[in-house]
Amino acid sequence: MSAADRIARALFGFYMVAFFLYLFAPLAIMGIATFNTSRFPTVTPWRGTTLQWFDALWSDSGMWQSLWTSFIVAFFVVITVLPIGTAAALVLTSLHARARSFMYAVMVSPLLTPGVVIGIATLVLWRQLGVGGGVFLIVVAQASFIICYVMLMITARLQRFDPTQEEAALGLGASKFMVFRRVLLPFLKPALIAAGFLAVLQSIENYNTTLFVRGFDTPLTVYIATKVRTGLTPAVNALALIMIAITVFGAIAYEIARRRGADGGGVAVQL
Amino acid sequence: MSELYRRFGGGLGTLFLALVGVWLAGMVLAPNVMMIDYALRPNLPPSQLGGPEDVYSLDNILYLANEGVHRAIFFKTVWASALVAFITFLVCYPMAFWLAQHATVNQTAVVLLALTIPFWINEVLRTLAWYILLAFRGPLNAFLLSLGIIDEPVRWYGDGGVLAGMTYAYILFMLFPIYNAIESLDKSQIEAARDLGASTWRIHWRVVIPHAKAGIATGCVFTFMLAAGSYVAPALLGAPGSRWFTEIIYNWFFEGGDWNRGAAYALVLLVLCLAVVLVTLRIARVSLTEVAK
Repeated sequence: MSAADRIARALFGFYMVAFFLYLFAPLAIMGIATFNTSRFPTVTPWRGTTLQWFDALWSDSGMWQSLWTSFIVAFFVVITVLPIGTAAALVLTSLHARARSFMYAVMVSPLLTPGVVIGIATLVLWRQLGVGGGVFLIVVAQASFIICYVMLMITARLQRFDPTQEEAALGLGASKFMVFRRVLLPFLKPALIAAGFLAVLQSIENYNTTLFVRGFDTPLTVYIATKVRTGLTPAVNALALIMIAITVFGAIAYEIARRRGADGGGVAVQL
Repeated sequence: MSELYRRFGGGLGTLFLALVGVWLAGMVLAPNVMMIDYALRPNLPPSQLGGPEDVYSLDNILYLANEGVHRAIFFKTVWASALVAFITFLVCYPMAFWLAQHATVNQTAVVLLALTIPFWINEVLRTLAWYILLAFRGPLNAFLLSLGIIDEPVRWYGDGGVLAGMTYAYILFMLFPIYNAIESLDKSQIEAARDLGASTWRIHWRVVIPHAKAGIATGCVFTFMLAAGSYVAPALLGAPGSRWFTEIIYNWFFEGGDWNRGAAYALVLLVLCLAVVLVTLRIARVSLTEVAK
């Protein structure tokens, strides 16, 4: 190995360490700060180890209220985006090439629109109709772009669909509705589950759009951001730690399920 | 259309079209049209709506052009967002290349899984993590002081903090498109270039980057758009001297009480983002179909 190679190797090793440190150190520090008695979340100086911030989180009624709001929003977002996203994918795939690429551009345009703009546009339209910010508008605004993700995932799945299945069912006397219900929907089921999962995550994590249409309702992300400005304590870190733990377990479980399925029709969650 | 009806029959076909119509007309087109309408009208008390003063004009947009502070913040947001995209690219490119060309299948699976974890955690919490790390009496300052790299604590909140937090938040939007693009590059092309005597630097510049152009353009477009439209990172990690354009928009709506001007500013942001997206994709010769993969 030449000297240049050794230097390159060392540089690359340094890069790898730095990359993962950059990725995980902030999260690790945020998590560890939960156990420090210090009122402002930090790890330096360490004032003593405690679990008191979990208690503080547990008895924080505002947090529970905002968590509940986020769940309600996520629930309505999912039941809105799955049917519309599926319909959009089916309409899109039934178009001819030219019309299809135009429609495609129209349908992905919300993904290329800044989140704050989506929130503002929704807000001004509904004010004109006499509806102010609140859970309803949060659902409408979030759904308008989460539908894009559903549409993309369903479209990807549809590309692997074998239309002769439908023809066979029709030939055996099934109605068109029955073919949709018994052939196409079951085929789409894995993609629908993955899309629903993604929609929940997107909904709960959204901040930029939600901020403008929330009215007097406070979903979890807004609650956390407000806490940071008005009185951050490690109770918020406890919440973050719990969310990280759920995420890690979820990601690992998903990976295990995916490997066990070994391409048994599973759809990779792409973003 | 006829294909849709042929396949699903009249009832279902109409239902699908109606659902798509509700989405595209009611949830995408109408709100944007209304925003443009707001942007072009003056902010009047209810009694004067529809009166002689209530006419379309470009006053709200010209206000932005003439108001020095807002204009400066707008241009700062544009170049800072471009800088975020560029730094994110520098951070991600070596990792994407290694994953796509050198890592074993298992290494790739583990690293991709590890990469997704911070990504599933929401943007507010990711930003909070940086808020804690960069605090004046926080861990980063304590660490640098103990190493003797700095003599007194640094105030990280401000432009530097916003840049760090944003780069962190958008890493995956950059990494995945580039990884996907480099993965399709045949290893033999790199070997051929090496056998012909190209240096590592030159191989990347002349072989890998041109091949990954579409992925790089996609990553940059998304990162730019997300950065320019971000509210949480500047709000948490910024300082009074590092305001972001989205914060100005927010103030028009919820503190200044002038929705028309706020809508005009939002419209400018939207046009900026669409222009950047379309021009970048045109330059890189990428179609929208490839972007959303």
